[in-house]
Amino acid sequence: MEFLRPAGWDEALAAKAECPTALPISGGTDVMVEINFDVHRPAALLDLNRVTELAEWTIEDGVVRLGAAVPYARIIEELSGPLPGLALAAHTVGSPQIRNRGTVGGNLGAASPAGDSHPPLLAAGRDVAVEVASRARGTRLIPIDDFYLGVKRNALAPDELIRRVHVPVADGPQQFSKIGTRNAMVIAVAAFGLALHPRNRTVGTGIGSAAPTPRRAVEAEEYLRGVLEEQRLWESGAPLGSEVVQRFGELVRAAAAPIDDVRGTADYRRHTLSVMARRTLTWCWNDYGKQIRSAA
Amino acid sequence: MRVAFTANGRPVEADDVWEGESLLYVLRERVGLPGSKNACEQGECGSCTVYLDGVPVCACLVAAGQVQDREVRTVEGLADPVSGDVGVVQQAFLDAGAVQCGFCTPGLLVQTHALLARDPRPGDTDIREALSGNLCRCTGYEKIMDAVRLASARVSAQGRGQA
Ligand SMILES: Cc1cc2nc3c(=O)[nH]c(=O)nc-3n(C[C@H](O)[C@H](O)[C@H](O)COP(=O)(O)OP(=O)(O)OC[C@H]3O[C@@H](n4cnc5c(N)ncnc54)[C@H](O)[C@@H]3O)c2cc1C
Ligand code: FES
Ligand code: FES
Repeated sequence: MEFLRPAGWDEALAAKAECPTALPISGGTDVMVEINFDVHRPAALLDLNRVTELAEWTIEDGVVRLGAAVPYARIIEELSGPLPGLALAAHTVGSPQIRNRGTVGGNLGAASPAGDSHPPLLAAGRDVAVEVASRARGTRLIPIDDFYLGVKRNALAPDELIRRVHVPVADGPQQFSKIGTRNAMVIAVAAFGLALHPRNRTVGTGIGSAAPTPRRAVEAEEYLRGVLEEQRLWESGAPLGSEVVQRFGELVRAAAAPIDDVRGTADYRRHTLSVMARRTLTWCWNDYGKQIRSAA
Repeated sequence: MRVAFTANGRPVEADDVWEGESLLYVLRERVGLPGSKNACEQGECGSCTVYLDGVPVCACLVAAGQVQDREVRTVEGLADPVSGDVGVVQQAFLDAGAVQCGFCTPGLLVQTHALLARDPRPGDTDIREALSGNLCRCTGYEKIMDAVRLASARVSAQGRGQA
């Protein structure tokens, strides 16, 4: 095995171009488990820890450009305002030690359907994009809806690395909910992210651990968008009828395609999704109503 | 490959390190610092917790090559480097009877040390949250909670940075 230690981004891309089978390692919280248990013996490890720009974030034109290697602990501390959904999800990842090392870039690289970054990234809207690059073809932006291809498969080409994720700054309430057996160190049985986008009057959702890939609940999004529009609820912030909340939960449930496994049955996953959908919608809408009333 | 880094304030070097080797293995088997324990090798138990550049991490999940030129502080580095006297957190664990088999202890000591450096007077919820990645199969955690509260009281009485 080789250990490649590029000192900067261009060097990293060059290393990946020369050795496309080199496995990038950032926080190592997925990679090292596989190596320790001999699940995976890559030809080379490509260490990204010295590529300091990957551990930076900026906000430009209302969009957070989140470096692939910013650890969860820093997302919670530094970005809870602009990225509330992602920060809530980050808070549920593993343990403090895992959050000190684990990154969104690594979560996207692993592309596990249970990855906790995915539901809030999907919910943050269709403008969310993963910025990747290769030495040969330069930079491209992959829309989040095109990023997840299958169980642990993503749209990255073998010579590409993830540089950062572009996520619009939240313009409304966002929530994240996750079901597991205890409060720490839990791989989600199912997870759900919700974001309200008052500016363009849309609703974003993301389902985790309940399909081969993370996915949005398109019909639930459309249904809620329609109701909010028709009943002029974005203007009034008036409470949602219980039938609306109920229907939203049913549509989220219907969008899932879960399996039975050791963590839970498909039925249980569907059930938890409808509950999480109703809860997060109630929380978000209550917050939105408060904002409208305090602005009035 | 060769890996050189700082461990507990001293420069150390390890040769013939396998590229897939963990920092935990290097510490225990190559540079004479067996304090950090290996109990799961998958980030679940926290008994390998060390500081990497001042941040507590699971040493079993850090690739050895990633620590080149960086600073590691292990449980051995919590004692006074000259006298060898144990630190406040260590003494509190001894006094509170928070150690049974002791396998979880090194990780808990480092993680508690980090907690008290950040927040010398954590509430019980903060303590439980901070230690949620450290498993103990012996104590039932109550004595550990006592130890952290005791350390907190002693650190607060002394002023910050004395843990
Ligand atoms: C004890 C424990 C608990 C966990 N709990 C959770 C949890 O609650 N929720 C959750 O979602 N995950 C959890 N995980 C999994 C893991 O922590 C996350 O997936 C994390 O986001 C991985 O980030 P990393 O930087 O450590 O990735 P790494 O292990 O460094 O890499 C993961 C994958 O991404 C690739 N990669 C990394 N960076 C890049 C890049 N810049 N470009 C291209 N590819 C890249 C790697 O090659 C690898 O395939 C847990 C892991 C452990 C060990
Ligand atoms: S040995 Fe590293 S967390 Fe268990
Ligand atoms: S004292 Fe035995 S595991 Fe904690």
